[in-house]
Amino acid sequence: MEKEKSFLLGVFEDEDVLLHSIKDVRSTGVKIHEVFSPFPVHGLDEALGYKRSRLPIAAFLFGMMGTSLALFMMYWMNGYDWPMIIGGKPYSPLPTFIPITFEATVLISSFGMVTTFLLVCNLKPYGKPRIFDIRSTDDKHVMTVDLVVNNKRSVEELSKILKDSGASEIIRKDFN
Amino acid sequence: MQVTSAIREPLVTGGKSVNDVTNDICRRVEEKPTKLWFIAFGISLITLAFGTYCLYRTWWDGIGMWGLNKTVGWAWDITNFVWWVGIGHAGTLISAILLLFRQKWRTSINRAAEAMTIFAVLCAASFVLMHMGRPWVAHWALPLPNNYGDLWVNFKSPLVWDVFAISTYLSVSLVFWYLGLVPDFATIRDRATNKFSKFFYGTLSLGWIGSAKHWQRYESVSLILAGLSTPLVLSVHTIVSMDFATSVIPGWHTTIFPPYFVAGAIFSGFAMVLTLMLVVRKVYKLENYITIEHIEMMNIIIIVTGSIVGIAYITEFFIAWYSGVEYEQYAFINRMTGPYYWAYWSMMTCNVLSPQLLWIKKIRTSIVATFILSIVVNIGMWFERFVIIVTSLHRDYLPSSWAMFFPSFYDIGDYIFSFGLFFTLFFLFAKYFPVINMAEIKAIIKSSSSQKGKK
Repeated sequence: MEKEKSFLLGVFEDEDVLLHSIKDVRSTGVKIHEVFSPFPVHGLDEALGYKRSRLPIAAFLFGMMGTSLALFMMYWMNGYDWPMIIGGKPYSPLPTFIPITFEATVLISSFGMVTTFLLVCNLKPYGKPRIFDIRSTDDKHVMTVDLVVNNKRSVEELSKILKDSGASEIIRKDFN
Repeated sequence: MQVTSAIREPLVTGGKSVNDVTNDICRRVEEKPTKLWFIAFGISLITLAFGTYCLYRTWWDGIGMWGLNKTVGWAWDITNFVWWVGIGHAGTLISAILLLFRQKWRTSINRAAEAMTIFAVLCAASFVLMHMGRPWVAHWALPLPNNYGDLWVNFKSPLVWDVFAISTYLSVSLVFWYLGLVPDFATIRDRATNKFSKFFYGTLSLGWIGSAKHWQRYESVSLILAGLSTPLVLSVHTIVSMDFATSVIPGWHTTIFPPYFVAGAIFSGFAMVLTLMLVVRKVYKLENYITIEHIEMMNIIIIVTGSIVGIAYITEFFIAWYSGVEYEQYAFINRMTGPYYWAYWSMMTCNVLSPQLLWIKKIRTSIVATFILSIVVNIGMWFERFVIIVTSLHRDYLPSSWAMFFPSFYDIGDYIFSFGLFFTLFFLFAKYFPVINMAEIKAIIKSSSSQKGKK
């Protein structure tokens, strides 16, 4: 059983107001738990101080894996395990191996990267997501503030900070 | 945030707000299927059933059911395969290449175009299985361990490259398309009122909540997938063209094939996107999302790629003459004036001449004209493949084996099968999946809609 958790939700109508308010809220020292948006907002990750995603590195490594697996497979099968002369060509000529090497690189790179993405984001078909406000997949941006983390301030004080920074609505949400 | 030129036409008209986007698109998923949908879906199911019968006969009795003979051993099956793969290319072009070029008008059409890609590639794959003749040994095309003393596939053969290219293309496009659907499924899940759709879209949405961290990763993944899909889509038709270009048949043995096939693929793909989107736009009343501006943009791509294809046809002729190879020259003269002259001239009219009409602004902004021209282009591109394949084969090296190809009932039936499959899948998609990428449209609504500046 998870511990009881309480959050304060600030609902924002507009992405530009949201971006400014994140700056304001963070400057007061309040720790923002997360922001939920119906669409990707540019600059949101920087405003929240998130580090750059390392998924491109994962994609590169998976791609390299694909390249080497494909080359190894073709050299081993056609060049070593059962060499065959077809049309007088060499057993394992690199140029004719390029198309499959390329396809395997793309395949393993994209599948590896997307699988990594699903795992790090904990996205799965049977997942039961913690939905703070269902309007955050429609047209509202929802900023959540963890009341336990920010227990130095009172709820009223936190509400005021959110309200002053431009939130149109403040909601308290408890999970247990 | 983003700076958009004031003279640029808005991409979303009608003063739509973010909430309107959700309502307009989700309504189509939530409402009961209309009578029109049932009729359309019913027709495609009947077509599919008829096609399945023809397919069953082809598989049961073998490809002797087709009109092939010992001279023309490859005809409609491969024509249809190349045609469908070509159509598929537009979806990836729109979603990947236009994403890399930051063309925001792609957002209204990318979802349906990608769906079209996947269904078209499935249709193409069905022809690969059909023309194998013995589909139950289709796995022989894969490098699997076997009990023939580990005899492996020949990686030097373009047909094996094709196996890898088509399957990679299908699976990567599917992943790219699904990833784009996840946030939209979450929107539908959060609006769902009945238990079944809550469960159905909840499962499909993979528990997406749209947190800033997830969006950051999501954007990074989309960008890389676009970067990977761009060379992938170009490689797929390149490899398809190599099925022909690496052979020694006059008329096929041409180094111009890869760029020429890729341009042709984009050309036919955009025509199919237009055919489908004009209907979807009308039926779903999406005029504010798919504007005349979008249609004009697609028509411009059709003029560009159609002209590239036209230049390729002329270049082929020039090179045949310039090479001084008698057989090559004969193949091309025969194409133009031989017994298949009508196929050649239909191709020339549909692909080279008729798209030039789109230079006239009135025609390229007219919905009726665009719809007709898009179908004409699709017919023309089918003829292109037919001309390349059949006219190069039917005059063999020995005049005694010269022959003609006549399609049998099952040739036609198997082609109809692919239409049944395509439209059945497309109608299911159009009813149960959001036809427009809501998240992407919402992201541009502030900078590129007619609502801009009102606030």
